[in-house]
Amino acid sequence: MSAERFILITGRTLKQGRALHLGKDSPEYTDEVSTVEMNEEDMERMGLREGEEVRVKTEHGETTLRCRKSDALPQGVVFMPYGPPANVLIGPDTSGTGTPDSKGIEIELEAI
Amino acid sequence: MKKIENVICPFCGCLCDDLEVTVEDGEITKVARGCSISRSLFLNHHKNLAKPMVDGEETSVERAIEEAASILARAQFPLIYGLSSTTCEAQGRAIELAELIRGNIDSTSSVCHANTTLAMQAVGEVSCTLGAVKNRADLVIFWGCNPIEAHNRHLTRYSGTVKGRFIQGRKDRTIVVVDVRRTRTAKAADLFLQVEPGRDYECLAALRALLKGEELDVREVGGIPIEELVSLANRMKSCKFGIIFFGMGLTMTRGKHLNVAAAIMLVRDLNRFTKFLIMPMRGHFNVAGADNVLTWQTGYPYAVNFSRDYPRYGPGEFTAVDLLARREVDAALILASDPVAHFPRKAASYLEEIPTIAIDPHRSMTTEIARVVIPTAAAGISAEGTAYRMDNIPIRLRKVVDSPYLSDEEVLERIIELVKGS
Repeated sequence: MSAERFILITGRTLKQGRALHLGKDSPEYTDEVSTVEMNEEDMERMGLREGEEVRVKTEHGETTLRCRKSDALPQGVVFMPYGPPANVLIGPDTSGTGTPDSKGIEIELEAI
Repeated sequence: MKKIENVICPFCGCLCDDLEVTVEDGEITKVARGCSISRSLFLNHHKNLAKPMVDGEETSVERAIEEAASILARAQFPLIYGLSSTTCEAQGRAIELAELIRGNIDSTSSVCHANTTLAMQAVGEVSCTLGAVKNRADLVIFWGCNPIEAHNRHLTRYSGTVKGRFIQGRKDRTIVVVDVRRTRTAKAADLFLQVEPGRDYECLAALRALLKGEELDVREVGGIPIEELVSLANRMKSCKFGIIFFGMGLTMTRGKHLNVAAAIMLVRDLNRFTKFLIMPMRGHFNVAGADNVLTWQTGYPYAVNFSRDYPRYGPGEFTAVDLLARREVDAALILASDPVAHFPRKAASYLEEIPTIAIDPHRSMTTEIARVVIPTAAAGISAEGTAYRMDNIPIRLRKVVDSPYLSDEEVLERIIELVKGS
């Protein structure tokens, strides 16, 4: 299966917020921040099932994540909780503001 | 066993002040009324504590403080970063230290609502307190934010189901969400407008045009059908008291401060028709305090440099991500923050190459790579002090249990004394 292009949005989740306090090396935290949420039709088209691993790549880095179905996302958009795996994909350019682009990032995603 | 009433939650910018914390034998055993994140914060606060470390070896707090002072006194272009999860008193000391060592100082604001600050500096701010929202708002718009997951009790305490003086709860409020995702907040709203990624500015500009009576000869703007935008514009004009709460969906996405400026100008225009306000959803519990303390002590809210012995302001120049990614600083003091976990990898990894000092109650990815770790009492749990809620209301944090460690403020005071004496 070849890689497809998506727009990545990163953000907060309740699970990530709770797991922060268990430690960033806790399985609850690492599981949550290593997850990418996808539109169900996108997953079906790519032959992906819930919990399967995908490789996500930008010009800044790549990481391996587990995919999770989401009814919140339109096709072509994926979501990740803030955390170290997301930061591998985000570039440091802030366009002179101090804030990196943590939403609307172009990524390539492929099934493993 | 003792029950402590009206405890303030030191997690997010809501600063909920109605928690009831039960303490038995010096341990927190129960938290009533807090959200699930708050319960996790209080009930796990004693786990994963940081230890005083220098160069990977456990040491005494005194020795760690001495080493920190020595690093900072030697540094040519140091960075102090974090500030948002500690008290205003500690923030004040951090600024004093930055001036003393002629360094850079920046808060986590720079990676969240810095663009809000830039927009407000350009076009002003039309705001109010959360109390006014609770008592009066009949139209609440969440734009690019998801309070049900990030500010869990915002709707129940200030903006959704809560009963106010003139608003009898949820039935008297219309809740609108504008977002890329159909979030949990969107599912709880009366109306959801799904915007395409990076196209918020267009929608805000279209709403301003519609308010002015312009007819837009398009079927959609930013993926939102024009009739939905017309309906929203009419709803905004006809409410009694409206407010837009906005989050990273505007500040971190394409357009950045221009998105926020467009939202503020929309609100400014709306005041020709009705009462309308706007407020950023601030994340860390005292990030608003960091903006306030930095502003009253230096004149600037973030990205401040003291190299010339007077404060200079430089977003993009003196902001932490930029300073680290450009490999410009030669030492860093990280106060109550975990940039190694939250900065883009290229910026975060530079902290491993320079002498980094981490002041934190808990182990974090930053304490793991820091040359010096100074554990402290946790603000709002084992240390008291002042914090600013997201609407810039100062609230006194309470101490509910003891800590064997000094507070952030006390540690910074000691570092300042040592640097002055070096």
